[in-house]
Amino acid sequence: MYSNKWIGSLYVTPFVIGFLLFTAFPFVASFLLSLTDARLQDQLGAANFVGLSNYSEMAADSTFRQSLGVTFAYVFITVPLKLAFALFIAVVLNFKLKGIGLFRTAFYLPSILGGSVAIAVVWRFVFAGDGLLNQALSGIGIGSVNWLGEPTTAMFSIVLLRLWQFGSAMVVFLAGLKAIPEDLYEAADLDGASRLKQFFLITLPLLTPVLFFNFIMQIVQAFQEFNGPYIITAGGPLKSSYLLPLMIYEEAFKYFNLGYSSALSWVLFIIIALFTAVAFWSQKHWVFYAQDRDDKGGH
Amino acid sequence: MTPVSLTQMGNQKQAEQKWGNVSIDSVRLTDVRKTFNGHEVIKGVSLEVKKGELVVFVGPSGCGKSTLLRLIAGLETPTSGQIDISGRDVTYAHPSKRGVAMVFQSYALYPHMTVFDNIAFALKIQGLPKDEITHKVNAAAETLQLTHLLRRRPKALSGGQRQRVAIGRAIVREPDVFLFDEPLSNLDAALRGQMRVEIARLHTKLNATSVYVTHDQVEAMTLADKIVVLNAGRIEQVGSPLDLYRKPANLFVAGFIGSPRMNTLKARVRDVSADAVKLDLPQTILSVPRQSAEVPQGASVTLGVRPENLHLATEDEDAHLNGYVILIERLGGETFAYVALKDQEGDPLIMKLDGEVSLHNHQAVGLKIDLNRAHLFSEDGQAIGVSPDFAHQTDGSVHV
Repeated sequence: MYSNKWIGSLYVTPFVIGFLLFTAFPFVASFLLSLTDARLQDQLGAANFVGLSNYSEMAADSTFRQSLGVTFAYVFITVPLKLAFALFIAVVLNFKLKGIGLFRTAFYLPSILGGSVAIAVVWRFVFAGDGLLNQALSGIGIGSVNWLGEPTTAMFSIVLLRLWQFGSAMVVFLAGLKAIPEDLYEAADLDGASRLKQFFLITLPLLTPVLFFNFIMQIVQAFQEFNGPYIITAGGPLKSSYLLPLMIYEEAFKYFNLGYSSALSWVLFIIIALFTAVAFWSQKHWVFYAQDRDDKGGH
Repeated sequence: MTPVSLTQMGNQKQAEQKWGNVSIDSVRLTDVRKTFNGHEVIKGVSLEVKKGELVVFVGPSGCGKSTLLRLIAGLETPTSGQIDISGRDVTYAHPSKRGVAMVFQSYALYPHMTVFDNIAFALKIQGLPKDEITHKVNAAAETLQLTHLLRRRPKALSGGQRQRVAIGRAIVREPDVFLFDEPLSNLDAALRGQMRVEIARLHTKLNATSVYVTHDQVEAMTLADKIVVLNAGRIEQVGSPLDLYRKPANLFVAGFIGSPRMNTLKARVRDVSADAVKLDLPQTILSVPRQSAEVPQGASVTLGVRPENLHLATEDEDAHLNGYVILIERLGGETFAYVALKDQEGDPLIMKLDGEVSLHNHQAVGLKIDLNRAHLFSEDGQAIGVSPDFAHQTDGSVHV
């Protein structure tokens, strides 16, 4: 008879190999690279250990400061907007109406298509100078806008691409809404609370665990946005949509600065980790869990 | 003066104008019907609940008792008919504008609020001043012995404590009518008994009109001033607990009220006289006394006998029925004996006997029926006449 232990190990092997090869190794390698002046076209052996100079170089790099500012702006605009939009649609789709299932499917579709390269290409067609949006605008008598040529509107177009992918957050919100017992609203009805008060006094507090989850996911994803700026705006104009992931990519594969690029990715990683850590630390002040694990004795 | 008492005064005035001296603060249903997806679940219910009365809706699962309560609460709207509360037509009024408060089966406590905030919720929504809210919540908490728990969240409370918070939330609103939807069904047996006593005590103290839904006939019997037995969306009978026990209007009520349930025996009418109905049973001929009875000769009927009205025949007595014991349940103070009749199919008869009675399995026994306390039902299940023993025992308001 086979030992269950070995069979079990065999089953997890594909994951372990994949994890070691494609996650753990690059993770360690990129950190080591970030301490060198490695260039993409050279042999790795030619690289010199330079300590933290890649990191200190960033402080003086105006492109990095520009990119960091744009990235923060992008994250701070898209995350709240996307969460609010996803929650709004989820609340609407939670109404008990005939054929609501059809609408739920329809609203989830954009997220299946997602922010893939193909969609980003479509987006570029929509926002191009002679694109669909301008044609539609001129159709109703409004002059065309140079969407991708102006810093603010270029940012607007990649922000919109992110909002368009509200579906996954929406589905999680919808599941959260469905988990709130109906009789809480009936009790609130009897107590005379209006729908708006019910939303703010009952729905929102009971939705905070889901909100927290979505918040973390969106923060992590938004900091890593690449397709939008790469395909639609190419980071421009005037680097107004030059997000950090795009800079990391260009430093490595356009300017061949593998060491500096690795250092940039570690800075991005630390920023994301910090935001996540702060969110986790802050949750005791605003996230309500119906079944606390560490709170059995009450207050 | 609080907004609540203002509304109450308004209601009172309206009620006096409309109903004159008829009791106010009551609930009146007039031919209420409710259809869900083409399926009628409430089939024309008319009912009145007097001020201060505790009325219990009882019936099997799916009989419509909870729906009826939700119609009164305003959580459902009737398909037709009218609902008056305190003399005011509230058929289409918003739940919060009916002067009712409800205690839910699940308690429906807001899990993210403390006990204090849960109880205070409705008062805060009404916009009462802070010190008044605190005063009212503290008073309710004291009544319900919740004072030491006010800062806790529901998850840190036991089932019984949660139940008391749910009641507290209803009390502070000072409603005209309390609605209870199976409030004890999530509690274990011991706690249920205890909470039953507490609710009864609270009702006596507040003297508020209450409508209470349960499927547990013991709860119904012990709590109710008046029981409404529902079956398949219709009222089967309305009456005081003892009224229903002694004079069930039909076989359904006879079977539903009383534990263990009433024994039934198929019989045929042999002869009807002025004060008795003579019955043919497989083993015997019995003369069942009746105050009044209209039943044709030869009709098939059902004889109903409560377990406590079946006795073991002594040796020098002629037994009405003969059988043998198949099961004995000894509860201490009393004993239930299950007796199968000789040469007869069907359910065994259940006898309620003294705790000390000496019986053993397979023992042959002769049974005597207390015929003055026997019930008789026609083929369509309606009660026939009144037994002489029951005729003058209650207020005489038989609803057949």
